[in-house]
Amino acid sequence: MSAITRDEVAHLARLSRLALTDDELDHYATQLDAIIESVAKVAEVAAEDVPPSSHALPLTNVFRADEVRQSLTPDQALGGAPAVEDDRFRVPRILGEEA
Amino acid sequence: MTAGTIMPYDEALERFEPVLGLETHVELGTRSKMFCGCKTTFGAPPNTQVCPTCLAFPGALPVANAQAIESTIRIGLALNCSIAEWCRFARKNYFYPDMPKNYQISQYDEPLCFDGYVDVEVDGKTVRIEIERVHLEEDTGKSTHVGGATGRIHGADYSIVDYNRAGIPLVEIVTKPIPGADRLAPEVARAYVTELREIMRSLGVSDVRMEEGSLRCDVNVSLMPRGSSEWGTRTETKNVNSLRSVERAVRSEIERQAAVLAGGGTITQETRHFHEDTGTTTSGRSKEEAQDYRYFPEPDLVPIAPDPAWVAELKAALPELPSVKRKRLQAEWGLSDLDMQAMHNADAIDLVEATVAAGAPAADARKWWMGELARKSNESGTPLADLPITPEQIARVTELVASGALNDKLAREVLEGVLAGEGTPDEVVERRGLKIVNDEGELSAIIDQVLADNADAAEKVRSGKIAAAGALVGGVMRASKGKADAARARQLILEKLGVSE
Repeated sequence: MSAITRDEVAHLARLSRLALTDDELDHYATQLDAIIESVAKVAEVAAEDVPPSSHALPLTNVFRADEVRQSLTPDQALGGAPAVEDDRFRVPRILGEEA
Repeated sequence: MTAGTIMPYDEALERFEPVLGLETHVELGTRSKMFCGCKTTFGAPPNTQVCPTCLAFPGALPVANAQAIESTIRIGLALNCSIAEWCRFARKNYFYPDMPKNYQISQYDEPLCFDGYVDVEVDGKTVRIEIERVHLEEDTGKSTHVGGATGRIHGADYSIVDYNRAGIPLVEIVTKPIPGADRLAPEVARAYVTELREIMRSLGVSDVRMEEGSLRCDVNVSLMPRGSSEWGTRTETKNVNSLRSVERAVRSEIERQAAVLAGGGTITQETRHFHEDTGTTTSGRSKEEAQDYRYFPEPDLVPIAPDPAWVAELKAALPELPSVKRKRLQAEWGLSDLDMQAMHNADAIDLVEATVAAGAPAADARKWWMGELARKSNESGTPLADLPITPEQIARVTELVASGALNDKLAREVLEGVLAGEGTPDEVVERRGLKIVNDEGELSAIIDQVLADNADAAEKVRSGKIAAAGALVGGVMRASKGKADAARARQLILEKLGVSE
């Protein structure tokens, strides 16, 4: 079982837009390692004849009919947004200066 | 590498062989979104078709739209794909504000449909395009970038987002790499997207309007030196929003990449943006956007397991596909490959078919749509199908011509009137007074006048120079303001002058 490296945590942090300090990187590397080790225990009980599963319930084909339902009003939709402009959600600059 | 350096197309093709790949996105025309009941109307005021699910409010859960699943399977079947017996949705994680969830529900290693093909005709040859996969996902919201000179994301101060489009069912159709198209690569790409569009229309699953974004195409191009069997690095050009642009984007990328490679450079695997105004591409995505999507099975949606019996039913109920229909109509109408291709390129086949169904002879229907109306369409830049005239109206005009009530010249005026919004063909005939002069007495009087005014010509005809009658017929047509039946006028003129053909 290979340990989660600091670099991997840094990579994940970047993808998740999280600013982590060096101490935090070490801390989370250790924690993530423990989590993965725990989850890996499943492999010990899963025999060859047990297929990997992604859902707890043996359900398939849960669909809804193609019917229109009431949407929110723009006020309701935008009411909780930190910033609004022209009835649209206003978001900070997406790409940095260097792009 | 100098930006904008290109190698002329012919030279590029002498030295390199292109390999194509096309990813096409089709917005399905369902009434409601993929995972919630919001409407999908195009052009609605911003953020009026959104709800807790498509805005990713905490606790809201998606449920898949049955109609979207069915449409995707029908698309797969029409593209000769195998249909998965069991597959799942997957989460594609990324941080970009066009999806409020910070992920898009898509499919990853288990697409609903896979391994198909579609045949297209280019330059009289059939080219088989292999389909890698057809999968179902949700469309993203629409961002507007504010600040900066160009309205583009680069240099913008901030962005504003409308989520009306977020969650509309989106089908992605991916081809396998297409080698061997050679110098016809741009035409092959265009023919493929055209064929897809027609297949979607015949299935009735999408309105496939490229200008509204319900059909979008990403074009992958790579080059390899002639004689090599190892494919080069590809680029992916986005923002290709018309059939013509598909063709231009392929050509422009071939010319650009050839110049880079010939100059000793290397092609960077990147996303590029197509610019409608210049017909060229520019480098798009920055390193900051380098993707690592961390796909995993979508926990909020259970797997899809289409019943094979149901899939067989859908397959049996598929409509006649466009390529099959074209072959049938070509035989029925007795047209050459060239004529049929011209009608196909003009998007006139369905219109002619509908006109024939409304009672017009095929030759007449084709004549009007490919002649007068194609001209109007070109002049106004309006697609044929969007001209304000119906196949039924064209059929009525051909009927009026066949009955002798109109001649071709008057018929053209009737069409003009209909296009100008003056009413149905019969109303235009009535209002503009376009009925042919059928009254023999009136026609006879006009002819007498014309013969008197053109005594020289009349004399020539009388003495046997029948060719001179043309000028007299012309005189009658002018005098009647085009409303005379030219053939009948000619008959009467010859009778009056005591000669026969």
